[in-house]
Amino acid sequence: MDRKIVYVDHAATTYVKPEVFEAMKPFFTDFYGNPSSIYYLGRESKKAVEEARQKIADCIGAQSSEIFFTGSGTEADNWAVRGIAFANIKKGKHIITSAIEHHAVLEVFQYLQSEGFEVTILPVDENGFVNPEDLKNAIRPDTTLVSIMFANNEIGTIQPIKELVSIAREKGVIFHTDAVQAMGNVDIKVNELGVDLLSMSAHKFYGPKGVGALYIKKGTRINSIMLGGAQESRRRAGTENVAGVIGMAAALELAYKNLDNYNKHLKALSNRLIDKVTERIPYVRINGDRDIRLPGNVNLSFNFIEGESLLLMLDMKGIQASSGSACTSGSLDPSHVLLAIGLPHEIAHGSLRVTFGEKNTEEEVDYIVDNLEEIVGKLRMMSPLYEDFVKNDPGIKVTNHKAI
Amino acid sequence: MYSEKVMDHFSNPRNVGEIENADGIGQVGNPKCGDIMKVYLKIENDIIVDVKFKTFGCGAAVATSSMATELIKGKTLEEASKITNKAVLEALGGLPPAKVHCSVLAEEAVTAAINDYRRKQGLEIENQLCDGCCG
Repeated sequence: MDRKIVYVDHAATTYVKPEVFEAMKPFFTDFYGNPSSIYYLGRESKKAVEEARQKIADCIGAQSSEIFFTGSGTEADNWAVRGIAFANIKKGKHIITSAIEHHAVLEVFQYLQSEGFEVTILPVDENGFVNPEDLKNAIRPDTTLVSIMFANNEIGTIQPIKELVSIAREKGVIFHTDAVQAMGNVDIKVNELGVDLLSMSAHKFYGPKGVGALYIKKGTRINSIMLGGAQESRRRAGTENVAGVIGMAAALELAYKNLDNYNKHLKALSNRLIDKVTERIPYVRINGDRDIRLPGNVNLSFNFIEGESLLLMLDMKGIQASSGSACTSGSLDPSHVLLAIGLPHEIAHGSLRVTFGEKNTEEEVDYIVDNLEEIVGKLRMMSPLYEDFVKNDPGIKVTNHKAI
Repeated sequence: MYSEKVMDHFSNPRNVGEIENADGIGQVGNPKCGDIMKVYLKIENDIIVDVKFKTFGCGAAVATSSMATELIKGKTLEEASKITNKAVLEALGGLPPAKVHCSVLAEEAVTAAINDYRRKQGLEIENQLCDGCCG
């Protein structure tokens, strides 16, 4: 690539680490056997898939028989929610989730609601936390599932999962957590957390795209959603993505080995960005909890400007970031997460998500801040909202102009 | 997703700014929907001699504002009020389907500014506008 690229959208996806790619390569070209075949090439593939399963289980504190490979994090979420809801229908048809889940969970809840399930969506506070008391009050005798994400993909807030799990367990309710954003960033051990199901996706931690996994605790009643083969202990049909699962295991092992240093690196970059932006750009708000958050996530709202314009101008400078603006989603509403934490629409429209990764540097942070200052200034000069604000139009509501 | 022409008008928008003592000012849209356009007109002998705009919105909103102001500059009020969102769209070489409402907003901002001028002159208002999200 000959153009300057500053990639700060690691929550969208990551590159595949060279050592991960190396581990995968032989399974495209040399060991291409179908793991279900009984001859040598098939057996080698099978062995490699089972080794990958064991590695992943060891990382997250599970048994290998509790790890099920899927085609994505989205599939893992769909399977968990649908599979549990339908398998436990005799107990009841009430299921609980939170307002800030990924659409891979929220839309399955909406679907189940249309199928006659009763759905409770728990609110979050201004930093994006679910209140454990709310969960306690929402659980009924006919509740079968609670699905609450480990860490939010937009604002980075990390939920008090352990506490939430213990509430659900006390009442005998199955607990699923979507850990797609958290995995590889946080030291997750399912045996310590006590969750019954957990979703992950390889391409969020420097593994390949198109492969995910669902942890299902032994003894959990769940229906399959993919039928037509005996793979994955008859629970998820489809020929295994052999190279993919090997890549996922290699990437997760590297992530767990390097967790402390990676965290420190990301936290330093995030703090540098937050400090410099709030020092140099007025009328900005930091979304999500300042401390209990994914270390590489920074979510900012700039008053008076719109997120897509901001992204396009950043892109012209090679900066690859993301926004919760409506215009990036094709609807008129901005991000459901930003609205759920109480941001007014016009502030939510002007949001920017920066998510750092391994290769980002302090110089890149400074480059981002320099360009942000210029671009935000330029867009504000074009903004009728800013003009009204400057002229003190009482009709324009300005949220806190001091950073949190 | 945007044409080169759209990106050109987005990155180098024409006629950005305000006109002091403008003869007509129109503002449409709603911060809730994520786009607001404000158009200022300077009118002499029924001709738009100058036009400026300010826009809060996405790339398409900025580009359509810029193009709309280009299209009406130097035109008579009658000519300008005939410029539709289709003309703005065509001049930009099209927009993604989800963004077509931005071109409607540009047409409405111009209409609102012309209406404001006519109101101030005690003239009849020809095109009424809706309020809120016109998407």
